[in-house]
Amino acid sequence: MDIHEYQAKKILSDFGVNIPRGGIAYSPENAEFKAREIGGSKWVVKAQVHSGARGKAGGIVLCNNELEVAQATDKLLGKKLVTNQTGPEGKIINRVYIEEATHIEKELYLGLVFDRGSECIMVVASTEGGMSVEEISKEKPESIIRSKIEVAVGMQEFQAREIAFGLGIDPSIVTRTAKAIIGCYRIFSELDATMVEINPLVISKDKDVLALDCKMSFDNNALFRRNNVSELRDKSQENESEVYAADRGLNYVGLDGNIGNIINGAGLAMASMDMIKLAGGEPANFLDVGGGATPEKIVKAFKLISSDSKVKVILVNIFAGINRCDWVAEGIVLALQKIKIDMPLIIRLAGTNVDEGNKILFNSGIDYISATTLEDAANKAVEALNKLENKT
Amino acid sequence: MTVLIDKKTKIIVQGFTGKIGSFHASEMIKYGTQVVGGVTPGKGGQKHLDLPVFNTVKEAVSHTSATASILFVPPAFAADSAMEAADAGIKVCVAITDGIPSHDMIRVKRYMRRYSKKDKMTLIGPNCAGVISPGQAILGIMPGHIYLEGGVGVIGRSGTLGYEAAQQMKNLGIGISTSVGIGGDPINGSSFRDILEKFEEDQNTTAVLMIGEIGGPQEVEAGKFAKDNMTKPIIAYIAGLTAPKGRVMGHAGAIVSAYGESAVEKVELLKECGVSISKNPSVMGETVKKVLSGEIKK
Repeated sequence: MDIHEYQAKKILSDFGVNIPRGGIAYSPENAEFKAREIGGSKWVVKAQVHSGARGKAGGIVLCNNELEVAQATDKLLGKKLVTNQTGPEGKIINRVYIEEATHIEKELYLGLVFDRGSECIMVVASTEGGMSVEEISKEKPESIIRSKIEVAVGMQEFQAREIAFGLGIDPSIVTRTAKAIIGCYRIFSELDATMVEINPLVISKDKDVLALDCKMSFDNNALFRRNNVSELRDKSQENESEVYAADRGLNYVGLDGNIGNIINGAGLAMASMDMIKLAGGEPANFLDVGGGATPEKIVKAFKLISSDSKVKVILVNIFAGINRCDWVAEGIVLALQKIKIDMPLIIRLAGTNVDEGNKILFNSGIDYISATTLEDAANKAVEALNKLENKT
Repeated sequence: MTVLIDKKTKIIVQGFTGKIGSFHASEMIKYGTQVVGGVTPGKGGQKHLDLPVFNTVKEAVSHTSATASILFVPPAFAADSAMEAADAGIKVCVAITDGIPSHDMIRVKRYMRRYSKKDKMTLIGPNCAGVISPGQAILGIMPGHIYLEGGVGVIGRSGTLGYEAAQQMKNLGIGISTSVGIGGDPINGSSFRDILEKFEEDQNTTAVLMIGEIGGPQEVEAGKFAKDNMTKPIIAYIAGLTAPKGRVMGHAGAIVSAYGESAVEKVELLKECGVSISKNPSVMGETVKKVLSGEIKK
């Protein structure tokens, strides 16, 4: 689960990492009032959306007086910000963050992630703050410092100091920088985070160490024990179909193609999408209805896929293990009685009682194309699509 | 011979009396697996499926001499149950549970470091289909009848894609020594490499099929290990060619976040290690057949 910058900054501040003075605003008047409250003579108005690269997309505005703060806020609120990470549909700006402008002396990068190889928490730091970590590793790989932290004992001060010295920081502020790094480590380990990134972490002209921008993600599987994190969820920032799916126990990821998929199991779903691609088609989605493929889930899956206007053909691929194909077939027939599908439908069943399952489908009177293997299913889906396109 | 389990392995079920635990325990017993009891804290002394229920894993082990366990414990308590099994002297534990926090899995693995290699439990999963040694025993949730007995070892992350492979192989008359589902989570008990090592030592296993997917370094690490240490041929399929970068594809661990984690990159790196690649998921069985017949050489 991702959270907003202002929420992440509140957490940073709670864990002893310094942030510039700032406040959240929901209207131009509110923003102007906040700017006065914060004080100073320059402010930054920042669109709060779940995305990086907001600056390039016009989501971050530097303002020289309170009127400009109000105007920038007015311009941003209610708009959709399109960045290179949001997709073409963009993300709605429901609030802005007003922050005092910082006189920057040095911009650093600081990120924490799991290192899956060593199963440690990895701290990644660089002197090239402001760029994305991908850009840094491409353009300035030599500037990157990595430090693996053994989770059983946690981060030690010397490890944080080593990183700070490694970044070539003025010795007088190494202690402050190390404190910020340890604060981030504690957030990562105490709140079940999967990513904490401060980019940039800046040294100000006044020798303050400040988090100017921050992203955090948390382990969805641990939200049950993190009420203070769960309450930060903002569904307006998530893809509508994905929220709909997740709330119904389906695993869904929307893609750009036009062949919709309904599959049981994540691995088989990825494999079926691969087959579609190899057959010359493009999948419209990833959709895992769960290993069990219960009739309820199949109904919900059909509802979800048929509501996607991109989808021109639907491919169902279910491998029934403990749950038999005849039972799954009954579920599909039931679903198709409830939902009208007026596009080509390819169904491939495999596993336990496959013949009985296919017989039920065949005798049900539903309009579908039967497929035997994964390859056969993908080929037939692409064929059906080509036929449609030739007609129009 | 097989790896991890055979028909003599005595098994207890943790989370025995719950609906899912009961169902799969019955299926395992039907297949001929030696399920000798179960653990549900607070229900010790009762009988379930005609088998004894214990309060703790230690009690269960001392009364039944069980050496393997399977977990059907809810995510919030699963890490604790895995550590309890390790402490009670269980040798092989399969965690079926989906949704265990990553930080908890790391804690489990750190906890297990206190045991010497000889005494250390092999943890399989979580979020996996478990282990089957066809014709002998099931320590998992897979449908036993799609697996043919034989000499190919199978390691995979996904349940249903593993079934797909087993079915393809059965249709071609190719049998399996043991099939191990290591699960789709980012932090798991055993890696591809850990299981490859066991298959290399197993006399009955002649080749290994690895069914991997996008995300993480494990498939490539296994390939590198095989290049230097394995005599048996390896066939691999990597799912997720069409997966966009940075998105989680169902499995918590199926996310491309670094170089070498996409399907295309993994395939290239595995080829360099001498692994035979199944070009698509429809020909996993055929590719294994060609390798076994010598049509494709290592």
